[in-house]
Amino acid sequence: MVKTVIVGNKGEGVRSDCAVTMEITDQGGHNIRLNSKVSTLFGEEIIQQAKSILHHFEIEHANVTIDDTGALGFVLAARLEAAIKKLIDTDKQYLPEIIPANTNETKRERFRFARLYLPGNTPRLMINAGLHSPDGVILDLEDAVAIDRKHEARYVVRNALRVVDFKGAERMVRINQIPKGLEDLDYVVPHHVNLVLVPKAESADQIIQVNERITRIQTESGSKHKIWLMPIIESTLGVEKAYEIATAADNIVAMAIGLEDYTADLFTRRTIEGEESDFARKRLVVACRAAKIQPIDSVFSDVSDMEGLRQTVRKSKSLGFDGMGCIHPRQIKVIKESFAPDEAEIEKAKKIVNAFHEATEKGLGVVSLGTKMIDPPVVKRAQKTINLAITLGIISKNWRDEYEQQ
Amino acid sequence: MSNNNMMKNAVGRLVPDQINGEKVIPFKGVGKHVPEGRKYAPPIPTCADYPDDGNKLVSNLKEALVKAGLKDGMTISTHHHFRNGDLIANQVFDTAKELGVKNLRWFPSASFPCHEHLIQYLEDGTINRIEGSMNGPLGRFTSEGNMKGVGVLRSHGGRYQAVQDGEVHIDIAVIAAPAADAFGNANGVHGDAACGLLGFALADSQYADKVIMATDNLVPFPCIPWQIHGNYVDYTVKVDKIGISEKIVSGTTRITKSPDRLLIAEMTAKFCDKAGIVKDGFSFQAGAGGTSLAIGNFLADIMRNKGIKARFLRGGSNKYPVQMLEEGLVDYILDGQTFDLEGVRSMRDNPNHVNTSPFTSYNYHGKGNFASMVDVVFLGATEVDVNFNANVVTHSDGYLLHGIGGWQNCLFSKCTILPLPLFRDRIPVIKDEVTTICGPGELIDVIVTERGIAINPRRTDLIEKVKDSGLPLTTIEELKTEAEQICGVPAKPKIGDKVIAAIKWVDGTVIDVVRNIIKE
Repeated sequence: MVKTVIVGNKGEGVRSDCAVTMEITDQGGHNIRLNSKVSTLFGEEIIQQAKSILHHFEIEHANVTIDDTGALGFVLAARLEAAIKKLIDTDKQYLPEIIPANTNETKRERFRFARLYLPGNTPRLMINAGLHSPDGVILDLEDAVAIDRKHEARYVVRNALRVVDFKGAERMVRINQIPKGLEDLDYVVPHHVNLVLVPKAESADQIIQVNERITRIQTESGSKHKIWLMPIIESTLGVEKAYEIATAADNIVAMAIGLEDYTADLFTRRTIEGEESDFARKRLVVACRAAKIQPIDSVFSDVSDMEGLRQTVRKSKSLGFDGMGCIHPRQIKVIKESFAPDEAEIEKAKKIVNAFHEATEKGLGVVSLGTKMIDPPVVKRAQKTINLAITLGIISKNWRDEYEQQ
Repeated sequence: MSNNNMMKNAVGRLVPDQINGEKVIPFKGVGKHVPEGRKYAPPIPTCADYPDDGNKLVSNLKEALVKAGLKDGMTISTHHHFRNGDLIANQVFDTAKELGVKNLRWFPSASFPCHEHLIQYLEDGTINRIEGSMNGPLGRFTSEGNMKGVGVLRSHGGRYQAVQDGEVHIDIAVIAAPAADAFGNANGVHGDAACGLLGFALADSQYADKVIMATDNLVPFPCIPWQIHGNYVDYTVKVDKIGISEKIVSGTTRITKSPDRLLIAEMTAKFCDKAGIVKDGFSFQAGAGGTSLAIGNFLADIMRNKGIKARFLRGGSNKYPVQMLEEGLVDYILDGQTFDLEGVRSMRDNPNHVNTSPFTSYNYHGKGNFASMVDVVFLGATEVDVNFNANVVTHSDGYLLHGIGGWQNCLFSKCTILPLPLFRDRIPVIKDEVTTICGPGELIDVIVTERGIAINPRRTDLIEKVKDSGLPLTTIEELKTEAEQICGVPAKPKIGDKVIAAIKWVDGTVIDVVRNIIKE
């Protein structure tokens, strides 16, 4: 009995993707059938690619049907490999060459205002994601991928980590819930993922398990690059243990809250006003600040309501959050703009920082503005606002040159 | 076509010296071809041949066609204001078939998928060829070398020019109208089939030997407004239904929701702003596609912020330009075709929403036209080459699938911008050589893609204006390289050597030809 497997996407509305139907036979060589909207321009290339992948996995006889809607090479490769791995057991991988831009590490303190969620099994959305200038992209293996597609999504995400240029965005992957998600790490850790999101975090132990697995994979593969963690708190138990989780490991740089599951766990439902999640959000901010990591707010799910989003971000910022998830590229700009310091904040910060510099230059131990003494934490916060404004291009690096002339 | 000599034209394309037995003038360069002689004129009619009471009604379309003298080898024209809801063109050729007439030339201002019905007549010889756009199924049929004659594609302005100059002699024009009187006065704003205006039928009414006016909404004389004058009309016909309203005008024109298209639109509007184009009293032309509409919206935001308004907006209209007109962001809409019910309403009720025609807007053999007066125009393309030559009729796989529309005519705007995705699925838009040249690179100024903006090096003025704007400026070569890094380098389609269609430039010269596809 010949086993037939199908992976990938086809049908109405599917673009830049393909579905692969495959069965291994014992004679007849590679019998590849291609139905592609780009067959005139790329048909020969696609068939050659399929053959070389089959050879790579030492499959000499197979029937393969590729239903293609313009999938890029890395997508075709991921689909073919996923199909092959449903048919044979092998440790081999077919890895597209990693692009130089995707070998960088990221800094602990970088901004994570707007992180764009990208469903792990929908490569079409990944290709241009970086053009919308998110601070990070989250290749999602968890909720955005159906249970029976988890296997194939891993190859898409792995290949995307290697070849899709996200234009400077931090490359993040949301793995599945622990312990199931530990296996996802095998597909992302050796491929320069910058940050791993750990969903439904409820204990420090889960974080330790993730780090143990990362260490093991890196030891085996010889890779050493830095991988940050961002646990997501999505349950009442998680909220209760927020600080314990936030301090579970020193590669945790941020912690996010996911409100859909949390509100369900509270036996209530999510409202626009969000009173039901007020405590959780504040609790998360406090835990993160105490642990000196970035608190990150939940996503805003109505993609057409930009004004609602703007108000939500303002509230989020006033609660102390440092960022928010996005589920649509058009949310990115609104979120970044709203988290950025406004004119009044910048002016106030300039005054304080300037007073600090003047006091230092004069050798004074105390910073004061007029008759008012300024406490060190206030100076520190003002400096942070200034740094942010410089990084976002709102003010120039040499703002003090102009400031003093005023 | 094998007996023809091939000539190289000014954009380096080989074109035959004869097409459909007529002499070809190869494209000589923009503004280089000097027309001679006088305009064409139809025969002089006399009122003695027409009823004094003005009632030109005949009982049906067949009678009108017979009276008009329909016979083998004639040229029959129709207009495309009813778009995919047109019910008349198919009936004209059903009648021709019934009458056993052969070898007709169909000369529509554009064809639509609803005209797939006519393929049977192209096969059985009722129709020899189409001179007009060949969209969708008709394009596929033509591309595979199945049409008997050679198709000829002209821009909207080029169609007017060809008729005016006598290159195309229309024997019978059949004009479908949403409202008409028995004398033949007609407009596009009243009736179930209201489509806004009837400008594409203007040349046909003025120059055809015989003109048939068909309507399902016969009103007592006078039919006001009378965009088409009954004085040109020979016969009027009342039919049950002239068009399918929901396919003529859309109730729901929508701005694109695609984040990538929105990004392109936003970058395009920003470019116009930084280049100093968006200023009080400026003008622009945008199409009805989702990206164009989004550009209009972003421009409106900029105008509101600056507290300025545009003098006029040219192009097809729909609810978004209408909103701008009603908000006071623009003084006039000069409308060439109306795409939705809001556009129709506005044209009917607002004196500042004005109908135009290919004569006023696009005809190159006129004493000027509106298109060249527009400050900035946003156009599509299937492909652009590294010299900024662009293609709008064929796809990279060689198939002829679109008409030229007003595209060539609009290239004469002061700034021509093509906002395009760098690749569609896996197909790069920027190539070393386009499949078919429809517009010469010297008239195409800026390519805006989601991955960067390339300005034609000829436009040093624009380059200077935006150099410090912070916009993602790049070169067309870099864009091409980036697309090929992502998509791979596409293979070339297998093209035969039979010429299946000619692409006319706005002055009647031939800028390129399309050859048949060899099916695998």
